[in-house]
Amino acid sequence: MAKKIIQKTKMPMPLQDPHLRAHNFDEVALGYPVDLAVLEAQRCIQCKNDPCVAGCPVDIDIPAFIRQIAERDFEGAYHTLMERNVLPAVCGRVCPQEEQCEAKCTLGVKNEPVAIGRLERFVADYAAMVKFTDDAPLAPPTGHKVAVVGSGPAGLTVAADLAKMGHGVTIFEALHKAGGVLVYGIPEFRLPKSIVEHEIEGLRRIGVEIKTNHVIGQTFTVDELFTELGYEAVFIATGAGLPTFPKIPGINLIGVYSANEYLTRSNLMKAYLFPATDTPTIRGKRVAVIGGGNTAMDAVRTSLRLGAEHAYLVYRRTRQEMPARAEEIDHAEEEGVDIVMLAAPTAILADERSRVRAMRCIRMELGEPDSSGRRSPVPIKGSEFDLDVDTVVFAIGQGANPLIRNTTPDLPVNKWGNILADDGTGATQKAGVFAGGDIVTGGATVISAMGAGRRAARAIDTYLRSPSSDGYSPTDL
Amino acid sequence: MHRILDKEVLAPDVVRFWVEGAHIARKRKPGQFVIVRTSEEGERIPLTIADVDKARGAISIIVQGVGKSTRHLNALNAGDSILDMAGPLGRPTELHPDRRVCCIGGGIGTAVVYPIACGFKALHGQVTAIVGGRTKDFVILEKELRAVVDRVIVTTDDGSYGVKGLVTDALTGLIAEGQQFDEVVAVGPLPMMRAVVEVTRPLGIPTTVSLNPVMVDGTGMCGGCRVSVGGEQKFVCVDGPEFNGHQVDFEELGARLRAYREQEAESLRLYGDRMACHVQTR
Repeated sequence: MAKKIIQKTKMPMPLQDPHLRAHNFDEVALGYPVDLAVLEAQRCIQCKNDPCVAGCPVDIDIPAFIRQIAERDFEGAYHTLMERNVLPAVCGRVCPQEEQCEAKCTLGVKNEPVAIGRLERFVADYAAMVKFTDDAPLAPPTGHKVAVVGSGPAGLTVAADLAKMGHGVTIFEALHKAGGVLVYGIPEFRLPKSIVEHEIEGLRRIGVEIKTNHVIGQTFTVDELFTELGYEAVFIATGAGLPTFPKIPGINLIGVYSANEYLTRSNLMKAYLFPATDTPTIRGKRVAVIGGGNTAMDAVRTSLRLGAEHAYLVYRRTRQEMPARAEEIDHAEEEGVDIVMLAAPTAILADERSRVRAMRCIRMELGEPDSSGRRSPVPIKGSEFDLDVDTVVFAIGQGANPLIRNTTPDLPVNKWGNILADDGTGATQKAGVFAGGDIVTGGATVISAMGAGRRAARAIDTYLRSPSSDGYSPTDL
Repeated sequence: MHRILDKEVLAPDVVRFWVEGAHIARKRKPGQFVIVRTSEEGERIPLTIADVDKARGAISIIVQGVGKSTRHLNALNAGDSILDMAGPLGRPTELHPDRRVCCIGGGIGTAVVYPIACGFKALHGQVTAIVGGRTKDFVILEKELRAVVDRVIVTTDDGSYGVKGLVTDALTGLIAEGQQFDEVVAVGPLPMMRAVVEVTRPLGIPTTVSLNPVMVDGTGMCGGCRVSVGGEQKFVCVDGPEFNGHQVDFEELGARLRAYREQEAESLRLYGDRMACHVQTR
């Protein structure tokens, strides 16, 4: 048999033209058509030791689903994915595969790795299009009841896993729509909301109950979930908390947003359709977004779509240190975002109506590495300059939401207010209470939250099945 | 979905609804609010819970139709449903027993002051209420307050009812009479709250105000409702809505409340046009 010749690079992802897409909210990446997906899947050499699986936080059998695509068994590929991942259409789009599965790909040693993320997305989208259903049998009902607080990636994962194990699961969501950051945070052009809805619909089909408009800590406390509503375990995945603003003059001017607010107005409340929808947003003509993470990229690209003529991304280090995915930075640049590196705001300046008229910045240089290992930025004296902007969005992180902490005094938290939970199990020091996702780790990724949900589901299952839940301690697991 | 049980017009464009929501009614304490949404395109509207009826599992909200969203809400009738209602949100009022309290409500602010006055009375307080309105028609909840508190003074700007003048005139009058207050609670339009805190500041009377900034999620996530209190950043949805009035930066809050004035006017104009068409075709 002739030696197989392997294409060195990934099959290119079809994208919307940057000039067009910068002005619409339609998805940027269009997805592989069938033939391209099959060709890409055929690049996989099916190596014996599966290094890619080790790079996957939810242990998807990656070589198996890729082989199934190569063999055009798309339904089989879908079932392989769903065994380990309830949100394949989401993960295929937003996971940082370049740091996970694809970073470990054998092909990647000499050439580009297999486009595992794109293939995952292909299978999920294909399955939705032809309406495959996940018919994996559910375990018989156990009679146990679990409350999940928050319907973001961690909450959805734990709920799906527990439901498949036969437990009764109710998700309590504070907002009017389920999905957490997938609906309020990540924009339509990167993750269409219809896809999130479709994946959540899958959860409802396997019996997960979702109660929206229930703010745990307020509507019910964590203790009341046990004592009044009869849940036997609670998983807390409330996600992001209050945004951080720098301590500089002008942060309360009109036209200064946190990324959370800016994105929530646009994504959850659909302010980009105003006045057809009722929630307004400021459609800045000249916008500065401060930060270097994925949220900053989402915000700055949203500003273009809201009509910004000039969009700056202001970051205090250099491109190499940006925490955002390289692909997101590339997309932002292609769309015309002006990246201002090694600069940080020192003041926001007002006009006579308390609206933003400019942002004063100072140039930075990189000094010694800090505790994170990144070289820390140091201001250069006398280097101030003004950016002529009317809207400023801070995407520099967030604290922990206080609502559960304030009403659950026996739930230990760290000095930032994040819940202390065991990394391997999600168990907290309060019996029957588990936690995962951003409320434990601070701002992180969708897939790391899903990984936490996956691990916690196993631990909660063990906890529920233990002969006596009394006297349980996290170290038992 | 939350069914509207009763609807009553209290003043021009001011409506009281009783809405089903047993899980909110059982938990709510004075000072707390809900967020409602009336349609899939709708805004999240924060509204104080004016009262609860635990037997019926219902809460009351009092709504002034100002912009599109509140007018659309006020157009609903008994038997209709409110799509989304989340709560109770915010911190409850800090109630202390046996207090001599003056509760001041201006216009729709009386709907916020009423449950607080009830809360102080329940703890054996001596409560005086001052209720202000532009004219007689805009004075709300007078009867309800008379049934609960020790003394009610009504003021109107034009003298069409009660005492002619502002609520601050009535407060100054009471203090001149020799009335002693351990605490003043003032809720109403920003200029009114500002005027009250300037009366009480030199006298050193602790004064609580309830703030109603622009809010989106209302659950401690977006940061849109941030205010400056005593030079510190506070978030009204989780740290408030009540704050020490002597420390609130009203100037900044006033500016922030005007952030969307143009969009709000546009939205209301389009809504008005649609309603006009609707009426004509009926």
